[in-house]
Amino acid sequence: MLVARKLTLDERLRGVDTQVRSGQVTAICGPNGAGKSTLIRLFAGVLSPSYGEVLLDGERTADIHPRVRARALGYLPQEPQIAWDLSVRNLVSLGRLAHGDTHAEPVEAALEAMDLHDFAQRPVSTLSGGERARALLARVLAGEPRFILADEPFASLDLGYQSALARHLRAQASEHGRGVVVVVHDLSLAHNLADRVILLNEGALHAEGAPADALSPGNLRDVFGIEARWLGDLGAQVLAVRK
Amino acid sequence: MNRPTLVLLAALLVAIPLSLVAGRASIFALDDARALLIVLELRLPRALLAVSVGAGLGAAGAAMQGYLRNPLADPGLFGIAPGAALGAVLSFSFGYAASGWLLPIFALAGAGGAMALLALMAGRGGGIALFTLAGLMIASLAGALTSLVISLAPNPWALSEIVTWLMGALTDRSWADVALAAPLALAGIAVLARAAPALDALTLGEDAARSMGVDMDSLLALLVVGVGLTIGSGVAVAGIIGFVGLMVPHMVRPFTDRRPSSLIVPSALGGGLLVLVADGVLRMLPLVSELRLGIALSLIGAPFFLWLLLRYRRSGALGLT
Repeated sequence: MLVARKLTLDERLRGVDTQVRSGQVTAICGPNGAGKSTLIRLFAGVLSPSYGEVLLDGERTADIHPRVRARALGYLPQEPQIAWDLSVRNLVSLGRLAHGDTHAEPVEAALEAMDLHDFAQRPVSTLSGGERARALLARVLAGEPRFILADEPFASLDLGYQSALARHLRAQASEHGRGVVVVVHDLSLAHNLADRVILLNEGALHAEGAPADALSPGNLRDVFGIEARWLGDLGAQVLAVRK
Repeated sequence: MNRPTLVLLAALLVAIPLSLVAGRASIFALDDARALLIVLELRLPRALLAVSVGAGLGAAGAAMQGYLRNPLADPGLFGIAPGAALGAVLSFSFGYAASGWLLPIFALAGAGGAMALLALMAGRGGGIALFTLAGLMIASLAGALTSLVISLAPNPWALSEIVTWLMGALTDRSWADVALAAPLALAGIAVLARAAPALDALTLGEDAARSMGVDMDSLLALLVVGVGLTIGSGVAVAGIIGFVGLMVPHMVRPFTDRRPSSLIVPSALGGGLLVLVADGVLRMLPLVSELRLGIALSLIGAPFFLWLLLRYRRSGALGLT
């Protein structure tokens, strides 16, 4: 379990208490500037809080050696740039860095899980946006982390790739028991993908819980200033917003 | 050992003996004693110095490009080479350069000063952009101070000595220079090689690298020390030799898997080979006075750089995917 306790960073995030669990998909939602990226980066240990702490199974992540922490928490940055034109396999094997090995098995498993075997030798510059997103997620999976922390992984993907990536993330939680945390802008996607939603507003926790509760019309009115309601259709939820 | 490493190592092992025969005086036309003297006291130390200086420049260039995630980065960006040059120029100005040890020691002190200033400026958690800017400012400060020292030169001889030395050369070097530069360059390359895995992680950006357990402050420290040792020792014995650090990683990169870590050792070998060959060719050119190595490499390097920019422009991305 990954717990945020009174997590604070300057004005960006103020005293957030929340938690994410293994085997679940947790979506972090909220308007621009709500502190979504700040929260996930604090979880990942990329940023240090000015007050409060992140606990991994009761241990402060700040006290864990960075490489040990990196083995438990796999972080996928928002729109990561790839500076050098590595092959897909070499990109994915970067995920083993914190383990200090080039253990082939998890790398192959990650390539397999993301359907990248046919691309393994290709330079990343030749991949499409969706293939690239899969390769970057495969890098995180190769580290066999207990938690996957992804900052807007759907941002530059078309609908087809979005649903494929959502399926992959879902499987990581339900089949491999990993904790999956995603920052998501698309509230319908969040509703359908996540087991739990953390709704942030102006650096503070506004609501958390099951998607239907956290993303209730009332909360959406308070946070986004919109009048909207959920339409259940074919088992999926679509958000209808009144103009 | 990857394939470029093996190929370059083999080429170097062929080039070093060849460079011993290269020169105005043909050692085959001389009697054995004099030929041996030329080879052992002049050409062998010179060859080893060329390899040491070039290797340091190549490795530092590869590491810098990895650290700044930019194929156009050059070790000169750190301001360490200008710092070392300032130290050396000061030793000329004080008239200390005549003593064999003081010039390189002044140069190393200059490199150390630049490194300390860099560490102070960019300090803990400064980030790569701040660090690059600090390096650029230190470079221009050291350049301005060097110009000041030159303009205040006590006499025309000191002036001419300084200017000639700044052009970079390996003429008339001795075993003492090898003994000074080679261990420092080797130590620097070892430090840079230690930074290699973290440079790989940096391929995906600073945030990703941090999340992968890379301590950015220790990485910066490794780089400053590694570049300081390789570049500082090179400037101390050979003056300013530009473009090797920029060119060599580019020439080597297409033959590697493009990971920064795969590039450091081959770039060191390639840099050594390039400087050794360039120096060997220069001393055989039928000119009245030998063309200075620093000038020659810049004459090759600058057009190479332009060609590189054109190629990146055509491919639509400035080296970045």
